[in-house]
This record gives sequence, structure tokens and C-alpha cells, in this order.
Amino acid sequence: MNQKLPFIIFALVMAAIPFIPGVPPFWIVLLNNIGLAALVAMGLVLLTGVGGLTSFGQAAFCGFGAYTTAVLTTAYGFSPWLTLPLSLLVSGIAAVLLGIVTVRLSGHYLPLGTIAWGIGLFYLFSKLEFLGRNDGISGIPPLSIGNFRMLDPGTIYFAIWIAVLTSALLTMNLLDSRTGRAIRALRRGHIAGEAFGVQTPRAKLLVFIYAAVLAGLSGWLYAHFQRAANPTPFGAQAGIEYLFIAVVGGAGYVWGAVLGAGIVVILKEILQSYLPYIFGGQSQLETIVFGILLVVLLQLAPTGVWPWLMARLPLKPARKLTDTSLPPATRVRAPASPATLLQIEKARKQFGGVIAVNDVSFDVQAREIVALIGPNGAGKSTTFNLITGVLTTTGGTISVLGHKVDNAPPQEVVKLGVARTFQHVKLVPDMTVLENVAIGAHLRGSSGAISSMFRLDRADEAKLLAEAARQIERVGLGDQIGQLAGSLSLGQQRIVEIARALCVDPVLLLLDEPAAGLNDRETHDLMNTIHAVRDRFDIAILLIEHNMELVMGICERILVLNFGKTIAQGTPEQVRSDPVVIEAYLGEPVEEAEL
Amino acid sequence: MLFLLQDGITNGAIYALLGLALVLVFAVTRVILIPQGEFVTYGALSYAVLATGKVPGTAWLAVAMGVVAFALDLFDARRSLRLTRVLRSLALNIVLPAVILALTYALAGPKTPIAVNIALSLLIVAAIGLFLYRIAFQPLAHTSVLVLLIASVGCHLALQGLGLVFFGAEGLRGPALSSAALTVGPLRFTGQSIAVYGLTIAFIVALWLFFGFTLMGKALRATAVNRLGARLVGIRTTLSGQIAFLLASVIGAISGILIVPITTLYYDTGFLIGLKGFIAAIIGGLVSYPLTAVAALIVGSVEAFSSFYASNFKEVIVFTLILPVLVLRSLAAPAVEEEKD
Repeated sequence: MNQKLPFIIFALVMAAIPFIPGVPPFWIVLLNNIGLAALVAMGLVLLTGVGGLTSFGQAAFCGFGAYTTAVLTTAYGFSPWLTLPLSLLVSGIAAVLLGIVTVRLSGHYLPLGTIAWGIGLFYLFSKLEFLGRNDGISGIPPLSIGNFRMLDPGTIYFAIWIAVLTSALLTMNLLDSRTGRAIRALRRGHIAGEAFGVQTPRAKLLVFIYAAVLAGLSGWLYAHFQRAANPTPFGAQAGIEYLFIAVVGGAGYVWGAVLGAGIVVILKEILQSYLPYIFGGQSQLETIVFGILLVVLLQLAPTGVWPWLMARLPLKPARKLTDTSLPPATRVRAPASPATLLQIEKARKQFGGVIAVNDVSFDVQAREIVALIGPNGAGKSTTFNLITGVLTTTGGTISVLGHKVDNAPPQEVVKLGVARTFQHVKLVPDMTVLENVAIGAHLRGSSGAISSMFRLDRADEAKLLAEAARQIERVGLGDQIGQLAGSLSLGQQRIVEIARALCVDPVLLLLDEPAAGLNDRETHDLMNTIHAVRDRFDIAILLIEHNMELVMGICERILVLNFGKTIAQGTPEQVRSDPVVIEAYLGEPVEEAEL
Repeated sequence: MLFLLQDGITNGAIYALLGLALVLVFAVTRVILIPQGEFVTYGALSYAVLATGKVPGTAWLAVAMGVVAFALDLFDARRSLRLTRVLRSLALNIVLPAVILALTYALAGPKTPIAVNIALSLLIVAAIGLFLYRIAFQPLAHTSVLVLLIASVGCHLALQGLGLVFFGAEGLRGPALSSAALTVGPLRFTGQSIAVYGLTIAFIVALWLFFGFTLMGKALRATAVNRLGARLVGIRTTLSGQIAFLLASVIGAISGILIVPITTLYYDTGFLIGLKGFIAAIIGGLVSYPLTAVAALIVGSVEAFSSFYASNFKEVIVFTLILPVLVLRSLAAPAVEEEKD
């Protein structure tokens, strides 16, 4: 596999460096520092670049790792190896506590919140008696294996870089999995993921803990490398620098963390050692240049150096072909299949004084294709959001297969077999079509984060991808399967959403304006697909659509909404000739009409 | 206890001013202005240096930044170099800071009145604020909050380093604005603290009036909500950003000048002061001016009390104050779906 080759070469080069004669010991120290920074930045890549959660507080987690081992080894005589799991555990627990508070915050609150507790923890480290206050703790024993003590930078080098390479491998494995896709979808908002069963808060907390544990590992290594721990490297400045490293390298890329760490650590070293010669003895000159370079770099390459570099190298990753012959993963489907799939009784939704959905009642029977039509603002998409749990109802009941689902979370609704598409496409543009569609099969897999990291999820994963590939074939996008979803036309993206919804193996499919942005031929293909899907899987379809050709052509029953109220219901012929409907659409006054 | 509360309110008023500036800049440009603290120190220390009769290095920094800004303007306009455009940019970026520098040299001296020194420091810092936006943030105006935030951190690092070059590692104090004092019951109000209260209230009212009732204020708010939309209706978003930075730097410099007679400021003190303004701004949700002001008073009071009862953990207490607030905020307003870029 050509993905592994560069990794192995890199690992071999890193392993060989200390043995090259003439390599100055100082370089090894630098490489150690790069490795330590890369570990923290890797956590940030996952947290910030992939998950969209910006944290300025990662240095504090290094502090938890470093101080845990410092206290336990010096005051209680623990073996350094024994403190490794404890250091990681303490960082992880700190992350859980801070994460529960922080990850719920949206937008800019999150980075600001992390700055605040980052600084708070720094002051805590520097004031607590048992952590040695500002002086910190010294005399931490070195790591040792048997009688071999890792005293000099050249030996702990191996511990650090084994940690870096292992973490990189585990992180990449995690990203390329069911859990990884859920994490990668976080940055684009939570609604789409949740509609397919992703527990968004849990996924956010997971990446938060993962990043903190990596930082804790870095802190643990740092303590045994420096053989001392004091508050300075765990302060706000350091936290900012780690984020800087991740952004410089390329915040969305695991190797960007290593590259960024290399660039920043070496740059700082050069600035610190040469600037005083050029400009005389002033001490803080490097921060000035550092700050200016940071701004310049952001202006020139806001996505970081790694993607910039990759675009210029002739290495193109070969696309893995998906085996579509694998049997579909089974889904635990709600038992019983009564004739009525969806029953809505007097559903009501009020936004302040506006009644978006006003006591709407209807039902969808098994194998039925029903359309929900009406002018803009009639409450159609709101009705979809009520059914799928995106919005809570103000009144009335909604039940799917006899289970009451009004005000149930979206993750519960999808478990009953209700899948949907969105009026405003909600795909992850920098993921491939295949990966996007595979999010739809989220509930049909079971592998968690740990098994993904150690590649124990492959059988499960192969089935999910096979199912996704089959659905992509079915909607006719087989040629685009490996393309990034963001590169498709809007019409095609809507079709990708249908494939994603089909991956749920639904009993009821909700399509929100599937034909918007499609040309005539594509619309006809879509109509055929909808028919075929219904006949093949025995599912019912409820769709919102403005294209009357499609609505009249495939729907067995039509429901017309206007200003949140049902104004007509019936077969296409009945609705087409209904004077109230004609008035709602064309605005012609009709004497007999009552609204 | 009352004197602690009084102390807290004086500090809190300063945090309120800074918090207001942060809210202002964030609302208009989406930049979380970490260098706000540098505006404080630059204003305060320029004033203190001027009071000793010397010319502060910041006046030269304004000229240097103006030159860079002019170069950027020329580069951006390289395909349509019209004379009026070049001249306007020249006047704003070269002539203006040069005039400020010349004025500073002409007026600086041991006998210069306090009011002139204040005016000069404000001018210098205002120019720096204006050019900072042009150089660092205007080219990034379309990027994400995160990128802007990191650029902001870069600016903070560079400006703080320059602060050390200009003012040295020693702390400075400036002369008080007024030596008048007033005793009410057990409390003694100095002219300085009354000036702090007065200016804070004046700024809050002025900002509220500006954003609520003037066309320019509304244009700034429109820019904050939707840059593209604002441009489509003819609002010059670049101008909005410049105004926001100008206001923020002036507010920062005024805060600095207000506190430098009370406490000794070092080149790096501003960062921490700015961060406390942040806490207030976050508690205020980065949108509400009155709430930010109230929050700032709370932050100031908590700081005053904790420095009296648990001085070691003063900063810990102030910075963890934010956590319960964040929890309440997140419980009160469940995350809303954001359509990002």
C-alpha cells in the first residue's frame, strides 16, 4: 500500500539520524523539542483542524501530564513507567471536566473560554505549594529500561519519536473510520451528523479528551527529558504557540503537526541565536520577528504549509477501490410494520409570534409516495424538522411506526428508520462522496474510537463502505465516488444526500427539494430512482418539491400547506383542480374560498 | 470592605472600557483583539515617557507602520494607480504619522502641559491602531475567526516585543490627571478615580448612541453581521474595520493613561489587563455593551476582594470566574446551527 511507504521511510530516517556520525548533539535536542511540540499539535489538528474546536489551553494539559509524573516520582518514588498511564489519566480526567463545560460552547466562546481556563490553570500551577510554586519540581528521575537510563537527549529521543510516530499512526487510523467521519463532520455543524445518529456532544468530548491525552503524553515525556517541571512551559504563551504550530503546518493534517512543529521550533531557535548578533543585545527581538512572520504567513498561506507542499509534490494518493460485493451490515430495525408509518396529529410549531406549523395532521402509509407542497414559507421544511427531531414541537403528536417521536432527539428518530435530505445541502465538502455517504450508515456500524485506532474495525468498516458505494451506484454517481463532495454541482450534491439517506436503510425517506438545481434529464433520472428505490426496498417517501412535473408524475398523494395550515389533501388530480390551491399559488381571488 | 469595593469598581471601570473595545472590534471585524492590552501599555507608557520630556519610540513605530501601510496600498492598487488615490493614501499613511512625529518632537519637553501629552499619546496610539488594521487584518478580512485570532496573537507578540524595545524592562508611572480629592464618609475619591468613572460612563453612553442611532454605527453593525451583504448595499467594509480599530486603540490608550498614575505599568502588563477586559466581554456575550460593563465591575470587585483575602490565587479566581458563566450561557442558549464558510 503506497500510503504506508512514506511513513516507513520517515520512521527509518528518524531512527537513523542519531547514528549518523557528526550530527551535533544540539540537533538531537531540537528534534526532541520538535517531537514534543508535534504531539500536542497533533491533538490540536484533530481538535481544531478536523473537529473545528479551537483550544488555546492545550499547554495546561501538558502541565497535568508533567506535574503528575513529577509529583509521583519525586515525592512518592513511583517508577516513571508507572506514572505514564497515571499522567494520561489525569490529563484525560481534566479534559473530561473542562470539556463538559467547554465543548458545548459554540463559535468564538470556545477559544475564549480555553484562553481563560488555560491562564487560570497556569496560575494554579505556579501557586500551589505541592507543585513547587514558581520554581517547580526538579530532580525527576530519567526513564530507564532495566539498567539503561535515558539520561542524555540522544536516548530519550527514541522514546519521544516512537511516541510521535505511534500517535500519528493511531490518529490517522482514527480519522479514517466510522468515528473519524463523525468527527470530521463536526466542523460543518451538528444537524447533519445527528440526523444519521451521530452523538455530536459525545464526539466533541472524545476529540477533546484525545487531544488532552496527547498533550499529557507530551508533558510526561517533557518532564523526563528536562528532569524538571516548572509552570512557564504550560502557560498561555505556550498554548498559543501550539495552536500556531498546528496552523502553520496545516490544521487539518496529521503530518502538518509534525511539519509545523519542525518549522516553528527551528525558526525560533534561529531567531533566538542570530537576531541578537544582528541587532545587538535586546532580548525580545525574536518575539517581534516571530509575531510578524506569523501574520505574514497567515496572509500568504492561510491553510498551512503541508497542503501547500503536497499540492507541489507529484505524490497523488491512489484511490482505494471499494468492494461492493460485501454483504450489507445489518441494522437493528424497529419491529413491526403496520400500514401507517408516520402519523402526525395537530402538530404545531411556534417561533415567538409566528406559527410556522399550525395544527397540521396527516399520515404516510407503507410504500406510499407523498408530496408536501406549498408556497415558500408555508412550513414544509419546518414540518420535516419536527418529524426528524431537529426542532421540538409546540403541540400535537408525531409518531413513527407507533412510537411517539415528537421532541425525541434526531438520533432516536433515525433509529426508527427515518432518513432525510436537507434543503440547504449539508455535506462535508472536503470529504469524498464515498465518505459523506458512509456517514449515513453510521448506525449500521458499531466500531468505536479505540478499535478504529488499532485497526480492529476493518471488517465492519469494509461493510459500511460497500453499502455506501452501492447506494452511490444506485443514484448514478458511481463516477464521482472518489471526488470531494464540495467539487460537485449543487444538483449532484443533493443526489449525494439521497444516497446518504438511503444508507440508513430507511423505512421512511424524507426528501427536501431533491430536484432543485437539476436539469430536465437529471430530474427524470431522479424520478426513476425514487420509483426504483421504493419498489426495491419497500419504503415510503415523503418529499417537498416545487417541481410540479416531478410531484404530479410520481406522487400518489399530495398535501398542500399555506401559512402553516393544511389547505388541501388528495390525489394529484384532486389537488390540481382545487380552487384553494390555485389561489394559494396564483393569488387569484376565488369567491367560495375560505381560509 | 467599602474601600475594597471602591478599588474593585475603579479597576472594573477600566476593564469595562477594554471590554467595550473588544466587543466593538469583534462585532465589526470578527477579530478577537488580543493586542488590546498593547494599546493600553503603549498609551500609558507613551504618556509616561512624554511626561519626562522625551519622545517615545511609539511615535517612530507609527511612522514605520504608516510606510508599510502605504506600500501595501500601492501594491493593492498597482493596476489602477490614480493620482488622487495615491495622494489620499500618502496623506493618511505617510503625512499623518509624520505630522504626529513632528508635533511630538516640537511639543515634547519637561514643561509640556499634561493635556498636550495626553493628546499626543492618543494620536500616536490611534495611528498605530489604524495601521495595524490595514497591515495585519485587512488582507485577512475574509478568513475565519480562527485565522484572525491567530493573526491577532501574532500582532500581540510583535507589539509586546516592540514595547520592550521602546520602554525597557523597567516599569513606569505617569503623573496624575488631577490632584483634587473628595472625601465622602469613610471613602476618599481622588480626581483620578472620578475621571475613570466619568470617562467609562461617557464611553458607554457614546457607544450606545453611536451604534443605536447613527448611520455609521448601523453600517458598522451591518458589516459585522454580513460582510458581503454590507458591501452590496454600499457600505465600505474596510472603512468600518478602520473605524473599529481606531476606536479600540483610542479606548485602550485612554484606559492606559487613566491607570498609569495609579499603578506602575510594565511593557507586558497590558496583556493581563486586556485579558480581564476579555473575561468581562465574554460574560457580556461579546455583543452587549451594558452587560459587559456590569460584568467588568464584577470582575474588578472579585479581583479586589480576592487580592485581599487570597492574594496568591487572585488570578486563578479571576480567570476561573468565567467557567460558571460559560456553563450558564451554554445551558441558557443551546448551540445554534452555524453555517460556516
